[in-house]
Amino acid sequence: MIGLGLLNGLIVTMKAAIRGPVTVQYPDRRVGLLGAARELGMSPFQFLVKRPKDAVKAAAGFATVEDKIAQGPRFRGQDFNWYEDRCTGCASCAKFCPLGIIEIVTSPSDTLKSQGEVYNIDVFDIDIGRCMFCGICVEVCPYDALHMGSGFELGTYERKDLVISVDALRTKKNTPSTWFRPQLEETAYNPHSGESRPWTEVGRHEQPTDEELNERWVDER
Amino acid sequence: MGTNFLDNSFFRNIYCNLSKSDDIRCSGGGWLGDGILPAGFEWLAFLITAVVMAMVLINLVLGSVLIFIWAERRLLGRFQSRSGPNRWGPYGTLTPVADAIKTMFKEDIVPTAADRWVFNAAPIVMMVPATMVLAVIPWGTGTFLADLNIGILFIIAITSLSTFAIVMAGWGSQNRYAMFGAMRAVAMLISYEIPMALSLLGVLMLAGSLSLVSVVNAQDVPFILVQPLGFLVFFIASIAEINRAPFDVAEAESELGAGYHSDYSGMKFGLFLNAEFMATILSAAVIVAVFLSGGRGWSFIPSQGWFIIKMIPVLFFIVWTRAAWPRMRIDQILTFAWKGLIILAFINVAVSAILSFVWPDPTMRELWFMVAINFGVLIVSVMAVGAWFGPQGASAPNMSHGDALPRPRPAGQPSGGDS
Amino acid sequence: MTLKSEPVIVNVGPQHPSTHGVMRLRVAFDGELVTDAEMIIGYLHRGSEKLAEERTFTQVVTLTDRMDYVAAMTNNQAYILAVEKLAGIEPTPRGVWLRMISAELQRIASHLIAIGFLMQDLGAMGTPLMYTMREREDIMDMFELMCGARITNSYHRPSGVFQDAPPELWPRLEAFLVEMPGRIDEYEQLISGNEIILSRMRGIGIISPEDMINASITGPMLRAGGVDWDIRHQQPYEYYDRVEFDRPIMDESDNYARYLVRVYEMRESLKILRQCIDQIEPGPARDPEVPFVIRPPKGDAYVPIEGPKGELGFYLVSDGGISPYRCKVRPPSLLNLTLLREMVIGLPMAAMIVTFGTVDINMGEVDR
Repeated sequence: MIGLGLLNGLIVTMKAAIRGPVTVQYPDRRVGLLGAARELGMSPFQFLVKRPKDAVKAAAGFATVEDKIAQGPRFRGQDFNWYEDRCTGCASCAKFCPLGIIEIVTSPSDTLKSQGEVYNIDVFDIDIGRCMFCGICVEVCPYDALHMGSGFELGTYERKDLVISVDALRTKKNTPSTWFRPQLEETAYNPHSGESRPWTEVGRHEQPTDEELNERWVDER
Repeated sequence: MGTNFLDNSFFRNIYCNLSKSDDIRCSGGGWLGDGILPAGFEWLAFLITAVVMAMVLINLVLGSVLIFIWAERRLLGRFQSRSGPNRWGPYGTLTPVADAIKTMFKEDIVPTAADRWVFNAAPIVMMVPATMVLAVIPWGTGTFLADLNIGILFIIAITSLSTFAIVMAGWGSQNRYAMFGAMRAVAMLISYEIPMALSLLGVLMLAGSLSLVSVVNAQDVPFILVQPLGFLVFFIASIAEINRAPFDVAEAESELGAGYHSDYSGMKFGLFLNAEFMATILSAAVIVAVFLSGGRGWSFIPSQGWFIIKMIPVLFFIVWTRAAWPRMRIDQILTFAWKGLIILAFINVAVSAILSFVWPDPTMRELWFMVAINFGVLIVSVMAVGAWFGPQGASAPNMSHGDALPRPRPAGQPSGGDS
Repeated sequence: MTLKSEPVIVNVGPQHPSTHGVMRLRVAFDGELVTDAEMIIGYLHRGSEKLAEERTFTQVVTLTDRMDYVAAMTNNQAYILAVEKLAGIEPTPRGVWLRMISAELQRIASHLIAIGFLMQDLGAMGTPLMYTMREREDIMDMFELMCGARITNSYHRPSGVFQDAPPELWPRLEAFLVEMPGRIDEYEQLISGNEIILSRMRGIGIISPEDMINASITGPMLRAGGVDWDIRHQQPYEYYDRVEFDRPIMDESDNYARYLVRVYEMRESLKILRQCIDQIEPGPARDPEVPFVIRPPKGDAYVPIEGPKGELGFYLVSDGGISPYRCKVRPPSLLNLTLLREMVIGLPMAAMIVTFGTVDINMGEVDR
C-alpha cells in the first residue's frame, strides 16, 4: 500500500481532463473567440477585423450557439398530433389509456355512410399533466389518427394549461413522431426537421379511392 | 512599541508617510513628505497603518477565495468530463459572486432545539484562526504583517482553534449528524496536529529559526528537496487539517448530509464555507513558505508573484486529489495518522537530526548531499511503512489473499483456483 | 459504579443522500459502530400489483417500467415472458433477439448506475459517477432510437417488441461495443486498485453463501459469495442457450467482490451483445396476429429472469379475462435487502453506507 492505485486514479482523471467535457449544454453553449469564428466560418483574424464588437464579446465569453442533442425520430413526447380527417371518434385511445386521461365526447354526424362512419368530435381533451407517454393510445388507434409528438419544452405555469383541447389539436402543425408508425419511418421522415405531414400520408393503409368506397358501401347496403 | 514592523516594506511605506518617526528606515520620509501627523502621534500612525494593512490583506484573501472556488469548480468539472460553471459571467467567473449574494439573502434559520449562543458563535470562531494565520505568512520579500519569531508555532497553535468552532457547531446544532461530524473532526484534527508539528521539526533544524521569514531565507535549496519526507507528511496532514478530500469525514455528505454544518443556513453557512476555502489557500501558502522557498526566484518576477505562482500547483494538486480519490473512513484516517504518518515524521526527525549534526552549517554542496540521502530515506521508509500496512490498507481484517488482488473466476472453476 | 449510557438512534433517511431513494434506516450507534439497524420501507409504495389487476395485459407493461426505473427493459422482459407463457404466445425470433439486446444493454446501464452511486457512497466527489453516467447516456440514446423513450421504455410486447429496431441503431451499437471495454478498463484503473477503496471495501459486509441462499438472495450479490447461480445459464429463457458467456464468481462475499462481479458482468454482457448482433435474423419483430387485448386461458405462470439485480419474475394468475386476476412481483431488490441488518451490525457508519450501496437496490422496486 504505497499509493500506486491512487496514482492510477490521478492519471485517469487527468486523461479525462485533457479529453475535455462531453456535456451537451442545452439549450445553448458558450463559445470563445475561436469557437465563434468557426461558427461563422471565418478565421479568427477575419472575425476580429470584420466584426470587432462581436469578437470582443466572444473573447469575453458571452457568445452562445444553440446546442441540442439529436433526438431519435421515435421520441415519444408532448403535443400529440391528431388528424381529424382520419379520426372516426371510436374512442379506442380513451378506452385503452392506462391512466384514463383522454376525454372524448362525440355526437352523430350528418356525413353520408358512403363517406365513412364518422362521428363529430365535440371534446377531445388530453391531460398531458398526467400523461406518462407510454404511447398506448397511439398503438391502439385503428385509423392512425393519433400520433405522439416530439416536443419536450412545453412547460406551463398552470396545470390547466397542460390539457390539450380539441381546438389546439385541430390548429396545431402536425409533425408526428414515428413511434409505432413504421409507414412513416419507411419514408425517411424525421419529425425534428419541422416538416409537417398531411393526413393522407400518415396512414398504415392505402387511402381508398371513391370507386372503392362506393363499391364497399353502396353495393353492400 | 517595537520597531520590527518597519522591516515590512508595505508597512514602512504607509507608516513613514503618516508619522514623523526618527527611525533610520524612515529617514527619507514617505512620498507625501515628512509625515502628515504631528510628532507624538506615532501610535496613531501605527494603528491606522495596521488597520489598513489588515483590511487589505484580509480582503485580498477573501477575494482569492472567490477565485479559488471558481477555479476549483471549473477544474472539478474538467476532471469529471463536464464543463463546470460557465453561465454567469465570462467563463462562469461571476458564479461565486452570485453564490455569495444568494447566500447572504437566504433565510437564517436557527433550529428550535439549538443552543443559540454556541450555535451563533461557531461560524465566527471558525473565521478567527483562518484570518489570524494570515499575519505571519511572508507573501514576498518584506511583505508580511508580522515577522513573529515563533511564526511556525503560532500557525500550529492557531489552526487548532478551528477544532473549537467545529465542536461548537456540532454541539450547538443539537443534531446527531452534526454531532457525528464534530466528533469525527475533533478526533481527526487532534491526531493530525502531531505529524504536522513533527514534520516541521526537520525544517526547523535546517533553518535554525521558528520565524517564517528566516525559514524562507534559509532555503537556498527548497526544503521540498531537502526534506521530501517532511513535505509528504506535512502535505497530507495539512489536507487533513483543512478537512478536504480524502479526509473530509467531518462533512461526509454521503454519510452525514453536511456534517457539522448540517443545520446552518444563510451567511452562517457562508462563513463556514469561506473559512474552509481560506484555510485551503492559507495551507497552500504555508506549504509554499516552508517547503517551496516562499517568494524566492529569479528576479524578473516580483517575489509576491513568485509566491502566488508557487501556490497554484499546490492548490491544483489539492483539487486534483479531491476529484480522483474517495473518502477514507474515520478509523482508517486515525490509524493512518498514528501508525503511518507519525512514524514517517519520526524517521524524518531522526535523519534530519543526524544530518544537521554531521553538517551543522551546510554549504550548497552539502545541501545537495542531504537531498540525495533524504530521497533515499523517503523511498525506503514509505515502502517499509506501506509494506507494514499490508496490501489492503489500514485496518481491514481478513488478509487471507496476500498481496494479489482478488479477481472473479469463471463459473465451473473450483474456488481458490484462480483468485 | 457503572456509567449509564444509551445508544444514539439516528434515522438514516428517508431523506438522505445515500439511501438510493426514500428508504429509512433506524440505526442505533455506539460511537461510530452500528449496534442495531431497522429497515423501514414503503415510502414509495404505489400499489403497482393492485393497479395491474385493473388493466389489460399490455397496459401493465407501462407499470413494470416504473418498478425498477433504472432497469425498465428487464422488467418489461420478465413481465412479457410471463404473459407469453400464460397465453401460450410464441415470440418471433427477431423479437426475442431484440429483447435480449435491450435487456443486456439495460444490464450494463444498471450496473453502471450501481457502480457510480457506490463510488458516490464512498465519497468520491462524483468523478466515477460522472464517468459511468457518460457511458449510460450512450445506452439511453440507443433506447431512444429503439423505442422513443430513455427510461420508461415499454418496449416489449407479447410476441416480440412493438417495433423493429431502426437501422440507425446498429452502427451505434457497434461503436458502443468497440468503445465500452476500454471504458470499463478505465473504471477499473480508477477504482479497482485504489488503496482507499480496497481498504474500505475488502472484508467488509461479509455474508455467508448459506445465509444468502436461505434468504433467497440472488444476482451479483449471490455470485460474489461463490454460488454459481445465474438464471440465464441454469434455466435459460429467450435465446440465452444460444449464446456463450461466463458467470464471474467470487468467493470473498464482501463489498469489493460485489463491486468486482458487477464490473465483470458488464464485460460478459458486451460478449452477449456481440453474439446477439451476429445471430440476429431478419423477420417481423412481433407477431401481427397477437391482438392488443389478450385473453389468456385460466391458469397461472411464473417465469424468472436474471435481472441486473437478481432473480426477477412476475407471477400472473388469469381468470380468463382481459386483465390479470393477480400479479405478484418477485423483486430482487427487496429480497436482497433482507439481510442488511445482519450485514451492517458491528460496522462503522461509513462502512454501513457502503454495504448498503453494494447491495444495489432500487426503491421503486422495493416498494413497488
